[in-house]
Amino acid sequence: MGKRPSLITVAYRTDEGQPWVLPVVKKVEQKIANDTSLNHEYLPILGLPEFRANASRIALGEDSCAIKENRVGGVQCLGGTGALRIGAEFLRRWYNGNNNTTTPVYISSPSWENHNSVFVNAGFKDIRAYRYWDAAKRGLDLEGLLEDMESAPEFSIFILHACAHNPTGTDPTLEQWKQIAAVMKRRFLFPFFDSAYQGFASGCLDRDAWAVRYFVSEGFELFCAQSFSKNFGLYNERVGNLSVVGKDTDNVQRVLSQMEKIVRTIWSNPPSQGARIVATTLTCPQLFAEWKDNVKTMADRVLLMRSELRARLQALGTPGTWNHITEQIGMFSFTGLNPKQVEYMIKEKHIYLMASGRINMCGLTTKNLDYVASSIHEAVTKFQ
Amino acid sequence: MALLQPARRLLSAAAQRHLCLAPVAARASSWWSHVEMGPPDPILGVTEAFKRDTNAKKMNLGVGAYRDDNGKPFVLNSVRKAEAQIAAKKMDKEYLPIAGLAEFNKASAELALGDTNEVIKSGRYVTVQTISGTGSLRVGASFLQRFFKYSRDVYLPKPSWGNHTPIFRDAGMQLQAYRYYDPKTCGFDFAGALDDISKIPEQSVILFHACAHNPTGVDPRPEQWKELAAVVKKRNLFAFFDMAYQGFASGDINRDSWAVRHFIEQGINVVLSQSYAKNMGLYGERVGAFSVICKDVDEAKRVESQLKILIRPMYSNPPINGARIASTILTSPDLRKEWLEEVKGMADRIIDMRNQLVANLKKEGSSHNWQHITDQIGMFCYTGLKPEQVEQLTKEFSIYMTKDGRISVAGVTSGNVGYLARAIHQVSK
Repeated sequence: MGKRPSLITVAYRTDEGQPWVLPVVKKVEQKIANDTSLNHEYLPILGLPEFRANASRIALGEDSCAIKENRVGGVQCLGGTGALRIGAEFLRRWYNGNNNTTTPVYISSPSWENHNSVFVNAGFKDIRAYRYWDAAKRGLDLEGLLEDMESAPEFSIFILHACAHNPTGTDPTLEQWKQIAAVMKRRFLFPFFDSAYQGFASGCLDRDAWAVRYFVSEGFELFCAQSFSKNFGLYNERVGNLSVVGKDTDNVQRVLSQMEKIVRTIWSNPPSQGARIVATTLTCPQLFAEWKDNVKTMADRVLLMRSELRARLQALGTPGTWNHITEQIGMFSFTGLNPKQVEYMIKEKHIYLMASGRINMCGLTTKNLDYVASSIHEAVTKFQ
Repeated sequence: MALLQPARRLLSAAAQRHLCLAPVAARASSWWSHVEMGPPDPILGVTEAFKRDTNAKKMNLGVGAYRDDNGKPFVLNSVRKAEAQIAAKKMDKEYLPIAGLAEFNKASAELALGDTNEVIKSGRYVTVQTISGTGSLRVGASFLQRFFKYSRDVYLPKPSWGNHTPIFRDAGMQLQAYRYYDPKTCGFDFAGALDDISKIPEQSVILFHACAHNPTGVDPRPEQWKELAAVVKKRNLFAFFDMAYQGFASGDINRDSWAVRHFIEQGINVVLSQSYAKNMGLYGERVGAFSVICKDVDEAKRVESQLKILIRPMYSNPPINGARIASTILTSPDLRKEWLEEVKGMADRIIDMRNQLVANLKKEGSSHNWQHITDQIGMFCYTGLKPEQVEQLTKEFSIYMTKDGRISVAGVTSGNVGYLARAIHQVSK
């Protein structure tokens, strides 16, 4: 395990390199199993009501004006992917006209590789990239991003990572988000948030939802695709929610009714197990507290690995700057390793990472930190 | 130009939204002002209306969900046992592969085709786990849209499950129909079906319900299936089987999949959708499979790779819970045996309810011929009632069914069959 660290895993790993079923999830599953009043009947098309309402509440906050004004709706979906797909299908049918497949969809450069596919398969014909990652400075290309937004056709759709940008781990600061929101408002651009790591990034649910909530408070109508795969560790149960924030109740109701039609021809109604686990947890104060604690455990371990890795690289005097390792956030880090260096890591050191230089911090453990750090050091000193 | 810009921006935003839906003056309009309220789903909407009804005698004969003789949802014992076994193993929650749980896929194909089938032995097939029957049909429809170069047309029996049309349409296919149900006999229009199918353009896609046709409950007899297979082969049609009720129709899983197996034996490489919603009672767990019978293993591998490319941007990978339950049942001899008995039990109860309904209608003094109720098979029965009569049943008796007169016999119990018979007699005498 220590000698062939895999930094391409897409799931959380403990310090022993093992998958981790959250203790609160185990508890809730037991509760569900013991509840003989439960059965396997169909959920409604839009999903389990307690799940939808609470999932949206988690994203938008307890004191969300949008929730208080009853202009939020949720669609239970199959993971974050499912939420993105349902949202994309809806936008293609109803946004910016009727069945307008030419509305430009902007995806960050780089982004999760499936984003493109989702929107193409939903029927959009004009998928574009907006500048995001600045390889030279190993950070956010804010200037390029804002320029791309200024020059984007009005009503373009922008896919925004709510936090813990995948794959770069680089998020806009609060001030930068404000600038982004201002441009998007002025240019009538549609915000479609992808929130796959709420709680997992900083360890704090509210902090990780700041951008989404800010946009809502600025009066935007938006979509937010939420995944509970990582923050609940429910990967294979496929638990997601598409939160719809609209101008008023009536609009949201009509949107939801059309969402039903879309869902009905893709999966009819969503799977119940994962939604039950999340709903049970979110609606019970003790379980909710325990969940937040479990989430913080995961986030803290990742933060620790970040600081330990950076410290070792700096101690070794590895050429280059390594502060991006701790400045980046979430599961992934764009190390900045070039293809030759990556090849060295894989072939000579048996450390598996993506060709882009992306590593999953969860693959690091106290046992393999030294090995990984020294390997990076070798790779960087041997190849420039 | 610069002077015009701000005005253009204001106008263009408003112009994109239909100004006829003028919102309250102070509030800026919504992106969704022009979005119409969608109608309730014709099938699932029935349950939602039923739930709102406060009449104590109400009956939900809408959606096809099995009920026991107390009108309660039935969780199979074999399912409960499988769940306990799975829980004891304390497995992790890592993502399934895109194609789903391999043991489930294999067991599902074997259930459909029989484990000694040449297709299974040679491996010239691919099965992927899907989101129940709907998900399977959608994956199949999308696959055809992308790779079936010969035709856009999918021929459905008339009538078919209400959701077939929107699924194929949303996937980008076009819908046509072949005669199937004969309203004069409330039975199978065999001559009409053969006639229509023999005229379908070659290399079109034709969909068949493997057993327990939904909504009519009318199935071809084996000799008729043989002739249908012959004409499909002759016209070089692409056969798409939808099997949502294996075991549930006759109580015998082999008998219910006979048509699928016969077509394959005749050299027709079919595609097949399976659902475990009804026969394992796993409705909300969304357990299904999509299979493609291929020329050889190589073709199967290529097809599988493309199915994965279709699935990934839909939902990435399927949910594990139900598939694990199904797989456990299918692969443990004891559980499988118990499951087969439970499925037969469900099928038998439905047959019994059909008999009781007809007996009660006779007792009510109805002069109509209700033989079709017992001739038809599976969960559903095409009563022959007209939309106005259905509406009357709902309004006056709180009996809910779909507008086409389809009832889910699974919703009938010995406790309410008398009430149902009385109500039907009232609206049809």
